[in-house]
Amino acid sequence: MVYLDYSATTPVNPEVLKTFDKVSLDYPGNANSLHELGMKSADLMNASVKQIADILNVNSDEIILTSGASEANNLAILGTILKYRNRGKHILTTKLEHSSVSETVKFLESFGYTVEYLNLLPDGKIDLEDLKNKLTNETVLVSICQVNSEIGIMQDVSQIGEILKEYPRVIFHVDGTQAVGKIKVDLTNIDLYSFSGHKIYGLKGIGCLVKKRGIELVPIIHGGKSQTIYRSGTPMLALYASFAKALRLIYTDFDSKYSHIVKLHDFLINELLKIDLIHVNSNENCIPQIINFSIQGIKPETMLHALSEKDIYISTKTACSEDNSLSESVLALTKNKDLAKSSLRISISYLTTEEEIKYFLKVLQEKIKELSFQKGE
Amino acid sequence: MNKVILIKYGELTTKKSNRKFFINTLYNNILKKLKDLDVVISKDISRMYIEYDSINENLVLKRIGEIFGIHAYEIAYKVETEKDNILDTIKEVLSSNIDNNNYTFKVETKRSYKKFSMDSMECNHFFGSFILKNFSNLKVDVHNPNIVVHVEIREKYSYVYLNEYKGIGGYPVGTLGRGLLMLSGGIDSPVAGYLALKRGIKLDLVYFEAIPHTSLEARNKVIELSKKLSIYGGEMRLIIVPFTKLQETIYQNVDGNYSITIMRRMMYRIMEKLALRFKGLVIINGESIGQVASQTLTSMNVINSVTNIPVIRPVACFDKLEIIELSKKIDTYDISILPYEDCCTVFVPRHPVINPVLSECIKMESRFDYEALIDEIMQNLNIIKINEDMDKDKYSDLL
Repeated sequence: MVYLDYSATTPVNPEVLKTFDKVSLDYPGNANSLHELGMKSADLMNASVKQIADILNVNSDEIILTSGASEANNLAILGTILKYRNRGKHILTTKLEHSSVSETVKFLESFGYTVEYLNLLPDGKIDLEDLKNKLTNETVLVSICQVNSEIGIMQDVSQIGEILKEYPRVIFHVDGTQAVGKIKVDLTNIDLYSFSGHKIYGLKGIGCLVKKRGIELVPIIHGGKSQTIYRSGTPMLALYASFAKALRLIYTDFDSKYSHIVKLHDFLINELLKIDLIHVNSNENCIPQIINFSIQGIKPETMLHALSEKDIYISTKTACSEDNSLSESVLALTKNKDLAKSSLRISISYLTTEEEIKYFLKVLQEKIKELSFQKGE
Repeated sequence: MNKVILIKYGELTTKKSNRKFFINTLYNNILKKLKDLDVVISKDISRMYIEYDSINENLVLKRIGEIFGIHAYEIAYKVETEKDNILDTIKEVLSSNIDNNNYTFKVETKRSYKKFSMDSMECNHFFGSFILKNFSNLKVDVHNPNIVVHVEIREKYSYVYLNEYKGIGGYPVGTLGRGLLMLSGGIDSPVAGYLALKRGIKLDLVYFEAIPHTSLEARNKVIELSKKLSIYGGEMRLIIVPFTKLQETIYQNVDGNYSITIMRRMMYRIMEKLALRFKGLVIINGESIGQVASQTLTSMNVINSVTNIPVIRPVACFDKLEIIELSKKIDTYDISILPYEDCCTVFVPRHPVINPVLSECIKMESRFDYEALIDEIMQNLNIIKINEDMDKDKYSDLL
């Protein structure tokens, strides 16, 4: 199997799973119970949260654990809107967002909120002048994806945060789901930050919203204090501990993992550029783990299935988007509908080998020949 | 160009005869505190120099700010002692640390290397005019400058720095002997411990526990407080005293309004025995005059009379608000206010006596054999080693 869809999800690290198993068996107490078993669980919960906070360089009380990044994004957006509904009804975001952000702000439009999308520069970065122009006294939230999942464009969220410092009434949310574990992250100028466990070789079903001190949220899952007062539900201790471990492991030996990925990325891009009919949509502002390209004249789903027959797994757009529509992100970047309709995404990992890439390239070229030949007939 | 942290000893300099001992203790304390950060520390009679990896700068500075015995410190740029080197460094330090706005400055040169070609005054003029030539936004003001450019010229290396940071002062922990701190879960005793550490006392901590009347949560709270103290005091022992049986016996045998007074007298008796066993020279606690019934002067007098070991009460004359302020500074406040009962609060009588009479105490104490109970306690102490990062590897198999 050649798995090249690590941005959709990652295989769980066996070490992480071991923690999940062990905690599930050895820590039966509810971390909210007052007896000794409960306290034992609470202690491990606090240690897990602290480890997550330490790695992100924030405080333990700024960590809200959720069921995943989608919930974290929903909590960030809805929680902010509910809390600060007196501040205004204007939201700024981009066309590069994950559906758990874009659909949530669209949902808010039905409650009278105005959503505006920030212009992108030709290189995919947010036009900061446009941001300054679009900020109004009514703006309550700016929500920006640090790394776009389809093309991999990375925004300079620190710089955006710096600009937003001058607008203390505006809450700045960053969706870091595709950033955590792939790059080093700095949360200094960010109010709210979401990410998830299953993108960093953790388990599915766990995510996190970092909420800085001084920012308040209204919960969207009510029921009283659990791990925090912002998200009710029995503490999912085994998931928390495994998540803390996954985060630690992904940032262990990070530099060597990263340079391995950069090497593979450069090789892959070079080879893709040699192939006729291929247009690489990702650019130098993209993280090396994500490579988006379009094949002229071949439907992406067709190629996806053809490769899948050969045990190679890649993606059209993100796994979370609806079928048949074009890629909003590729369109936003390239302004080219044909490219947006025919884009494919490969996402690589430190686990990816050169052999896998070579095999993928070989099969890809065979399939391009086959499929464009059939079409020619 | 090499950045180093330059440490000034401050109050140490007055201790002529013990100077070497003080400096060595401080050196060891710094070494322990920074052991995981890959630093090189060198010392001489008036300064310590810490070379570090710039990646760790914030962490190193944070920890330097937690070490008693450091009066002031600077981030200095270290160069070989040579006029042109120093000029280059001054230029670089200024251009990387100030913006384009207008500022006033002066140069302050210390020249301990007397063979250097200019004396201190000449250096000030020479470096000052160099700065004026190179930075049009800087003007000289020797009385009230915005920026002081410090240049220290020593035989081999010279140091250039702008700002001086204040350390937390005090004496290096361990230079003034050992003491035993009575640590409850409250606000006052951790602050008392912090102040004792500040005066160089190495601490062991004593916690009186009355399970099941007090919970394990109360013990955990005390452990958390101990960890906070060990940030300043290094490794320490937490001695857990099994107090249940004695406390119950007191409650059953003495008049209700005297129960707290007698309990405190028993605690002091145990403290004295602990001091002997653990080689403590003083008892330290968080009593504050007038705060509760057992802390009136009459109470203190009657309670204290069971021991001859000095009892130091660092917060005796502090207002509660002053104590709270300090507890917030050392980050113990939020832990202290967690609502778990400790053994001082479980059997509180409705009207504890404010002016206890010594003879009454002695009479009531004769009703039961407390010596035997204390001996039993002394055989059943539970000792936990406390370290600020003691939990670091607690879950190393899981996390």
